[in-house]
Amino acid sequence: MSTTSTPEYPTANQAEVVVRLRDIGKTFPGVIANHDVNIDVRKGTVHAIVGENGAGKSTLMKILYGVQKPDSGTIEIDGEQVSLSSPSDAIAHGVGMVFQHFMLADNLTVLENVVLGAEKMHGIGDKAKERIEELSAQYGLNIAPDVLVEELGVGARQRIEILKVLYRGARIIILDEPTAVLVPQEVDELFDNLRELKAEGLAVIFISHKLDEVLSVADEVTVIRRGATVTTIAGGSVSARELAELMVGSELPNPSTEVSTVTDREVLEVIDLSLPSTGGGRPLLDHISFRIRAGEILGIAGVEGNGQAELVEAIMGMRPEATGQVELNDKSIGDWSTRERRESGIGFIPEDRHRQGLLLDAPLWENRVLGHQTRKPNVRGPFIDRAGARADTERIVREYDVRTPSIDTLAGALSGGNQQKLIVGREMSSEPSVLIASHPTRGVDVGAQAAIWGHIKRARRDGLAVLLISADLDELIGLSDTIAVLLRGRLVGHFDPNDVTPQRLGSAMTGASEEESS
Amino acid sequence: MTQSRLSRIGLAFAAPVLALFAAFVVTSLVLILAGDDWIGVWGQILSWPSNRSIVNILNAGTVYYLSAVAVAIGFRMNLFNIGVDGQYRIASFAAAWVAGEAWLPGYFNVVLAVLAGMFVGAMWAGIAGLLRVTRGVSEVISTIMLNAIATAVVAYLLRKVAVSEPGSNIISTKPVPESSRVPGIPMFGGEVYGFIVVAAIVGIGYWVLINRTRFGFDLRAAGSSESAAVSSGINVKKMILTTMLLSGAVAGLVGMPLLFGQDYAYGSTFQAGLGFTGIAVALLGRNHPAGIALGAILFAYLDEQSNPLQILLDVSPDIVKVTQGVIVLSVVIAYEVVRRYSVRLEQRQVAAALDAEVRPKEVAK
Repeated sequence: MSTTSTPEYPTANQAEVVVRLRDIGKTFPGVIANHDVNIDVRKGTVHAIVGENGAGKSTLMKILYGVQKPDSGTIEIDGEQVSLSSPSDAIAHGVGMVFQHFMLADNLTVLENVVLGAEKMHGIGDKAKERIEELSAQYGLNIAPDVLVEELGVGARQRIEILKVLYRGARIIILDEPTAVLVPQEVDELFDNLRELKAEGLAVIFISHKLDEVLSVADEVTVIRRGATVTTIAGGSVSARELAELMVGSELPNPSTEVSTVTDREVLEVIDLSLPSTGGGRPLLDHISFRIRAGEILGIAGVEGNGQAELVEAIMGMRPEATGQVELNDKSIGDWSTRERRESGIGFIPEDRHRQGLLLDAPLWENRVLGHQTRKPNVRGPFIDRAGARADTERIVREYDVRTPSIDTLAGALSGGNQQKLIVGREMSSEPSVLIASHPTRGVDVGAQAAIWGHIKRARRDGLAVLLISADLDELIGLSDTIAVLLRGRLVGHFDPNDVTPQRLGSAMTGASEEESS
Repeated sequence: MTQSRLSRIGLAFAAPVLALFAAFVVTSLVLILAGDDWIGVWGQILSWPSNRSIVNILNAGTVYYLSAVAVAIGFRMNLFNIGVDGQYRIASFAAAWVAGEAWLPGYFNVVLAVLAGMFVGAMWAGIAGLLRVTRGVSEVISTIMLNAIATAVVAYLLRKVAVSEPGSNIISTKPVPESSRVPGIPMFGGEVYGFIVVAAIVGIGYWVLINRTRFGFDLRAAGSSESAAVSSGINVKKMILTTMLLSGAVAGLVGMPLLFGQDYAYGSTFQAGLGFTGIAVALLGRNHPAGIALGAILFAYLDEQSNPLQILLDVSPDIVKVTQGVIVLSVVIAYEVVRRYSVRLEQRQVAAALDAEVRPKEVAK
């Protein structure tokens, strides 16, 4: 489906092209390569690049930022063909990048963070401060140079990152998934900043897979699928759904569950669960209580870092210092080990599949054993039952559609979606009564996402109780029977997914509204 | 399916072969720069050993093997037990003392002494394990320090229990009674330590434990990803302690072939430094029981074959220490290179297999 020349779609304006990518190609083992990428970014516009996870957006931006060299194709900046072999080359050509994960030193001031590594430009003293204030005023960034970064929120930190890039003289700014860490209100503020940048004649390249946001801010949108540019269209000319279908190349999956299957049998009950913080101060978890019944999905919303990881670890028995009650099927399991909890019927999809869910250097069938190494069909007495484990891995690969050449393939060689399908299959195969699912579809492709949603929905129909932690509000609203919001270690609100909007959840997540509703 | 397994085995051999070649080149360069007869040196080292030498190689290899297995048990779960050296010396001393006291007759005395040695080795390593688990002290630091302490403790205790031979300043424990000595196995016109059988059993036991049991699975999982091990329900602290105890217990066996098959006492001349050779051999053998066996034999072979260099060619036999050192260094690099290559190969195979499946001929290139 890919085209080798830029397709003639209506574009927002005909301003001068500042970045011209032609036939960019890059091959990587195991990852979808970039090929035939053609993009024109114009001065004074916000140009969004959208595509599924793994479509090749990040690789493309790394190429433009000089982190990686393309195997083929040309890059032109301001009409001049350039070869970028390092980020400093890119900066010298006026290309700056704001990464998804901030690179700021918390214990330094804004000024110190900004000048760090750019001391030669305006020194580190009053001249630098003047420049920062000037840029802050010019682009409406609202940043005071002498504040310590640790005192600032996520939105302000992101503006510092943008300021850092501007300070270094960038005229082309790449933002990699900038809204992933923001709540809806902060997103609006960011977009106001982007409009300022564009009004000043800068070009902004905006990478995202959140289509509503893209449509609200972008002048032009380039869609990438399987590493190739599919098309470039004007921001106002399509709907989110059309854009999504361009991204996926097919019909979209939908997380919504059907009729309620909630029973009145309580499976997991958490009472007054608290977790003190190691350094004193605000507890990581503060008197959390909830119950999940068979066939019910309880969704936990919250901005990352508000206690989600700690809640999961406390329920899984990985936080011995936690206080309070955890009851599984009316048995108190509060002082059980992680292994005993797993054996008694808690399935666990951890947040970070590479660090917590898999042994990347081990074959798939050994990963089938992981977490289930005391149970059939993986063991016989004190020995690992290789034949049993291998046969069951074959079954999981077949039933959960794990795309792999064989069960001897190392887990690290599979794509994220297939790794996650293996984990889901593994956790479901022990017929758990509760599933703790932490970001079950984070970073997986749309196909795998739909499959994983399908498996969770089916298990819910069969009476599984699910604790779903997710940063994807659509996923939470679509799958959950009830949504609770976790803010600074406390459950601050319960919502009915049938009548809640992402906006209202967003307010609760930031603490903007403390009102309870049900 | 079996093809990927086969290529994995092929790659496993690529690394040591590369490392041996690198060691050959570097050693030759050193010899050439020093103006020595490098062809002559290799001629001697690579000549077929005499029967007497073969016996010596097997004997030294047995000891290296036990030491390397002790180290490898730790390596499998990312624990660097640098303290095998101290553990085997203090354990050998304890075993020699028990055997010398001869509370039990004949072979019962051997069994008791060996168990005492394993126990003491385990306890000495356990100190490092306990420090790591309770206080977070790196086992690398604590085991190195415990090596020094072991030297002092053994020297002190030896003076307490020692009998000194008249007219000599060598002191040692009471000799093991004749009835408790382990006879050698006649082979190549000499005698190979009877303990070679024990070493083989330890090797097989190690393989079964690591690769076939639940405990071994937990150990390997904890070694390859602690965070994944924790969320799978493994008690990592318990595993660290158990692994250190196990490693120390095997370390306790290292001195046994020497004690019951050659020296019959622990004295100030008891062979030292075997624990460090074990680290090198475990690295070379990639913690695999068969690989370790080959590595142990290779190291013993190089040691033995270099002995006559001084007399024959006026070259210090220490030149093979250079060879051994380069082998270990380059094998670490080569394993990493091969590992990266095989991961990439694997990813490429996966991508190719799935590409063929998912998009039959979408991309025309």
